[in-house]
Amino acid sequence: MATAESWQTAEVPGPKKALIISKPEVVVAMVKRARRPVLIVGHKAVEVEMEGEKLIDYTIKIASSMRISVVATAHTIKGFLERGFEKAFCMPIVDITNRLQDIDWKGLDGKGQYDLVLIVGIPYYMDWLVLSSLKHFSKLKTISLERFYQPNATWSFPNISVEEWIKSLNKIVSGLEAK
Amino acid sequence: MTGRSTSLKIKELKADIGLIKDLEITVGKIVEEWEERMGPTPFPSIKDLRNWDYKLLQRYKPLYMPFCDLCCLCTMGKCDLTGDKRGACGLDIRGQQSRIVLLACCIGAATHTGHARHLVEHLIEKYGRDWPIDVGGLSVEVEAPVTRLVCGIRPKKLGDFEDVLDYLEEQIVHLLSATHTGQEGNSMDFESKVFHAGMIDQVGMEVADIAQIASYGFPKADPDAPLTDIGFGVVDTSKPVIMVIGHNVPPAVDIVDYLNDHGLFGDVEICGLCCTAIDITRYNPKTKIVGPISWQLRAIRSGIADVIVVDEQCIRTNILIEAKKVGAPVIAASEKNCLGLQDRTLDKAEEVVADLVEGKTPGALILDSEKVGEVAVETVLKVAPKRKKFKVIPEVDELVKLSKTCTKCNDCRRACPNDLPIPDAISKAANGNLTSLMDLYEDCIGCARCESACPKDLPLHSFIIKASEKRLKEEKYKIRTGRGAIQDIEIREVGAPIVFGEIPGVVAFVGCANYPHGGNEVMEMAEEFAKRRYIVTATGCAAMSMATHKNGEGKTIYEEHHGAFDAGGVLNVGSCVSNPHIAGAAIKIASIFARRNLRGNYEEIADYIHNRVGAVGVAWGAMSQKAASIASGFWRLGIPVIVGPHGSKYRRMLLGRKDRKEDWYVYDARTGDRVYVGPSPEHLFYAAETKEEAMVWIAKLCMRPNDTTKGRAIKLTHYIDLHKRLYGKMPDDIHLFVRTEADIPITMKDEIKTILKEKDWKPSKIPDPTLLPRLIRAKEA
Repeated sequence: MATAESWQTAEVPGPKKALIISKPEVVVAMVKRARRPVLIVGHKAVEVEMEGEKLIDYTIKIASSMRISVVATAHTIKGFLERGFEKAFCMPIVDITNRLQDIDWKGLDGKGQYDLVLIVGIPYYMDWLVLSSLKHFSKLKTISLERFYQPNATWSFPNISVEEWIKSLNKIVSGLEAK
Repeated sequence: MTGRSTSLKIKELKADIGLIKDLEITVGKIVEEWEERMGPTPFPSIKDLRNWDYKLLQRYKPLYMPFCDLCCLCTMGKCDLTGDKRGACGLDIRGQQSRIVLLACCIGAATHTGHARHLVEHLIEKYGRDWPIDVGGLSVEVEAPVTRLVCGIRPKKLGDFEDVLDYLEEQIVHLLSATHTGQEGNSMDFESKVFHAGMIDQVGMEVADIAQIASYGFPKADPDAPLTDIGFGVVDTSKPVIMVIGHNVPPAVDIVDYLNDHGLFGDVEICGLCCTAIDITRYNPKTKIVGPISWQLRAIRSGIADVIVVDEQCIRTNILIEAKKVGAPVIAASEKNCLGLQDRTLDKAEEVVADLVEGKTPGALILDSEKVGEVAVETVLKVAPKRKKFKVIPEVDELVKLSKTCTKCNDCRRACPNDLPIPDAISKAANGNLTSLMDLYEDCIGCARCESACPKDLPLHSFIIKASEKRLKEEKYKIRTGRGAIQDIEIREVGAPIVFGEIPGVVAFVGCANYPHGGNEVMEMAEEFAKRRYIVTATGCAAMSMATHKNGEGKTIYEEHHGAFDAGGVLNVGSCVSNPHIAGAAIKIASIFARRNLRGNYEEIADYIHNRVGAVGVAWGAMSQKAASIASGFWRLGIPVIVGPHGSKYRRMLLGRKDRKEDWYVYDARTGDRVYVGPSPEHLFYAAETKEEAMVWIAKLCMRPNDTTKGRAIKLTHYIDLHKRLYGKMPDDIHLFVRTEADIPITMKDEIKTILKEKDWKPSKIPDPTLLPRLIRAKEA
């Protein structure tokens, strides 16, 4: 099932397409190398079930394992707060996309612009457009942690099964936790 | 008033030169002056309001989200525009995205203007050029606020609209020409032209709706317009059924007239989908609405229609194929949508009827609405007994059998705009369990892309309909028929509370039915804000979706709330072309309440609305190019618009930056001082991811610099309350909206004061706000 095609068949990308994350270790290495990473989490994170947990629980594990700013889009912030995670910032997806293109933006914590974006939990077509915007108008590296291939990211999983997805996210978490 | 001409019609004249019949003399133009002085921009060209557009665009800069990285509009292409690349013509990706937005808005504006031209010509032919414009009797003196504002004329008769339409058509041609290769190249100038297209669109829609209200006797600014039936289950299928689909109502009107003239009205059921349905119920509330645009396939395949009459816009382009499957003849009634059918306009009605009844032809093109009326009725009376409501929805055993052939390739889900888990539902259906298929019903937008994608050609949409059959039959609701304009007296009564912020806002639910999670979300949002005493207005498919759910007492939102333009009201204004009554209400607040001159005075009135009138448009299911141009008409007036997540595919947002203090200064018209007013409103065009997000932002985007302290406290109460409930916390930007301590909602005083202290908040002045230096009074003095 692991194919590098847009999940929504007609969302055909342009000439510049995402590289496939064949090993979760690649994500770990890129995140560890990043100076200022940011994790964007959309509302589907509180909807998607993953073996008794929700996708948002994985994002909390990622955020807890390293120094990373977290942006909760839409009403996702409520899910973070309900889980006792209080470090997330709240911002619409179009706003964070806009800010990330401004090289003079000081970031959510006032410490400067980011250099790596991880994104997950956004509706497929919206994610496609957000990543397209960042591809065209920023120098940022973007990593899609979605289950389905996002061609406009710099790096993306191919279309994978839920099991593979869980396995990969767990590997990313454990890789980030390892010093 | 400018009249196209003075015209004299003489049926028969005996003169020395002989007998002259049907003499019509037309002389020049009349320009009638009225007491209101002409403003600076009557009939503005595509650049006359550019400075105003740039003021808005500097605050609300475009965020482009390219939907396509290429340009394929000329033979030098395809050109790769990725990143900072330029195409063979020199255009970059920003220019290309804004160009596509302009193209979309030109299509939208042309569609409404073409619709208006057709209606006006038709109605002039029927009622004459001198037919008076009356949209509300003595209750509505400012009869055409958008036309007055843009064109600087005061239309009194149908014929007065001809000059207006000439102007609109000219502007659309110029705008469209700007998208040609090697014309406009600057994205901001494309965006200014987008605003112009939107403004033109608003005038075109206003002309269309005024013409039909005045001529057909639709409700005239009536808060108590009658309730009518809506829903799949309201159609009496024991009768012959004619189903009308589209937006341009004359053929449907002539069907009703024919039935009445022949004493057949109660014998034949007239129902419809989309805006023609809304408008035919304005003509006769005993006709019925099946539902919004997205219900076309389920309505046709269910076999309820014996004859289908289509006019223009938003009609499924394969409607003839679908209708053939159920043996329902199709009558196409618009030259814009001929469907490949033979033109039978000049044939005798009985010959066309015979061919349709005998199935010699699946349909007929008839470009004469009266003949459509006759053919549709005479055909349905003969076809209905033969068809016996034949449908193509499979029976359960067939559905189960076909589901077993599914290969689980996932192509259906990958084609579905809402990524619905169709394969899982089919898998369960193969075992005889239809509940998962039924669960898809609410979220399905009825596009049938799943079927097109299926390699086994399974009729998946029909499966969903079959599984939901019981629910479909139970869909019986009430909607208030479209009331049309807002009365001047209503504006007088609510002008002050709106401008000072005591009525927290006007929320307009408009647009199509491309919802992420069904129409229920629109109803929930509308209900929330009506209960909070906002004024809730609606048009088109959004107005229908709001009706198709009931509260705990079994009442729809229209039965639960009054229909007046006042706090807590829920107003169905009408169809798509009724949208300018909502913009018109904002314009009339400036005119009637604030006594600003409207006439050809666009910039000043837009500045007034932007800074004072807390109105927000919500197009939750925006799909079409018309929806794009409708939104852009609101943008130029400075009114923010929120779209649902699918609206991100319009590929451009207009976003403010609340973190850039320098963007949020206005002039105080009293002193000329530049005053910081906070990000109010923060965005001009914005796609929300979820309905929860949209609800928080509707409340937030209603704030305006002019709010009184009492008004701001009320608006903040709603914003904070919704934020706490839906986001689970206090907003982090309260300090940007509190100007003085008197702005703080009394029940939250301590909590907010603590936040203000943490943020090192300082009080600021509440100005008489304007973005236009020329309106500074001290300067004049």
